Amino acid sequence: MISLLAELSYWQVTSIRVVAGLVAVLLVAGTLVYAHLFKMVSFMQSRLGPMEAGPYGSLQLLAEIGKFLQKEDIVPARADRFVFKAAPFVVLTSTFLLLVVLPGGPDAWFISNDLGVYLAMAVGSVSVIGILMAGWGSASKYSLLGGLRATGQLIAYELPLLLAVVGVVIQAETMNLQGIVLAQAEGEIFGWGAIGNPFILTQFAGFGIFMIAMQAELTQTPFDMPVAESELVTGYMTEYSGLRFLLFFIGEFATAGVFSAIAAVLFLGGWYVPGLDPADNLFNVLGPLVLFGKVVLLTFLVFWVRFTFPRFREDQLQRLAWKFLVPLALANIVVTGVLKVAL
Amino acid sequence: MTSVGLLGAAASGGDLFVAQNVFFGVIAVVMIVSAIRCVTTRNVVHAALWLVLVLAGAAAQFILLGSEFVAVTQVLVYIGAIIVLFLFGIMLTTASMGDDDSVGGEKRLMAGLVAVLLGVVMGIALIDSYSDTRVVIDEPQRFGAVSDAIFSQYIVAFEAVSVLLLAALIGAIVVARKE
Repeated sequence: MISLLAELSYWQVTSIRVVAGLVAVLLVAGTLVYAHLFKMVSFMQSRLGPMEAGPYGSLQLLAEIGKFLQKEDIVPARADRFVFKAAPFVVLTSTFLLLVVLPGGPDAWFISNDLGVYLAMAVGSVSVIGILMAGWGSASKYSLLGGLRATGQLIAYELPLLLAVVGVVIQAETMNLQGIVLAQAEGEIFGWGAIGNPFILTQFAGFGIFMIAMQAELTQTPFDMPVAESELVTGYMTEYSGLRFLLFFIGEFATAGVFSAIAAVLFLGGWYVPGLDPADNLFNVLGPLVLFGKVVLLTFLVFWVRFTFPRFREDQLQRLAWKFLVPLALANIVVTGVLKVAL
Repeated sequence: MTSVGLLGAAASGGDLFVAQNVFFGVIAVVMIVSAIRCVTTRNVVHAALWLVLVLAGAAAQFILLGSEFVAVTQVLVYIGAIIVLFLFGIMLTTASMGDDDSVGGEKRLMAGLVAVLLGVVMGIALIDSYSDTRVVIDEPQRFGAVSDAIFSQYIVAFEAVSVLLLAALIGAIVVARKE
């Protein structure tokens, strides 16, 4: 695999990576929607879910896409046409760029950059602009309120998200996600290295904070004030129809997948499974699948919480972020830093 | 070397980065157009969105210069935080659709003067310090090197800025509190 990649020219490698990126976003988003949103939730609520299209309704997703493509692309009369139309693409671009830093194996990566997590957090924050554009461009009160609520929430929870990552970065001594995977694969727990050292064991506080903040960043219940369907219809997405609504929808679930993948890389060892040599060529094929398995596991948690918890009020939501998660994350950084130097 | 232009460098056989120069030109044009639209549009939200393009262009130029850390920080701080706060503030207060005639107007002359003055001062300063030197960037500036420099050579400046920011933060809280 290494020799194969080395023989290809730059544009060939780039095309392979673009195709791999598209597959990674669409396949993951599709799997999440089918397995979690359609089926798992249906079983939780004692119903079957989609059953007609294909075996166990597995082709329901294609039917949905066909339905969305047929729908008329409506722009409200008073809307700001360009801003309204561009907003879903800003959100989706931000998601695609997030994917770039994820490593799938020793050689199966898009870019291997020292900035890693920092780059991911930076491009992830750009999606807020798309949400504000959608909220304002729709010229609707529901959309504007939804956009404002979303922004307030995303700003508040970006801080604990970033701070939770710092503990991992201190322990791994690098921000490169590939380096973080290798640090976990080659790590030892008090001299016992059979399963490496997945950072969830030492950074469990960081993991908890990251998952909670991630849930808020995705505006999933219990943090779904911005899209609260009973008061704001669907917030900033209210006026969207057809393909553009589908783009927001894909963006939402693809972001859930990509953020879970970042969490898997940071805390669960990424593409590594214990018992094999991390430099093994096998990981270039096996790695993406292992990562995908961990993503499915983490998104299961996300959707489980989404369909079990009631919605937070705005003040409860802000209090949780600023008075609980941020101090806890700071304490975690201090403890990690002290232990890193002392041990 | 006096002529740093494309043809001059190519003729002298210097280490010319063609792609970098072409993309510098493309991004610079986008930045200039966006900057002009940013100050001429009468819609406040549009102005903020044009500013996003200018700042993203600046980040792209930093990447062309090989300073990836500065580029990413530009995106995180300016686009991800400051512009978002701008838009948030605008939408909480006015957020009118369409053009707002109270924007711009009588302050244009003064703003133009300040802009020309700033351009002249910066132009003179740049030409004065870099007139004939050609800055060669052999390799990108690694993030590790940046953090090493910040926490060894520039530690005093870094700490001073940190304390200043903390003071500003506390000051903002004190000002915002009513009682």
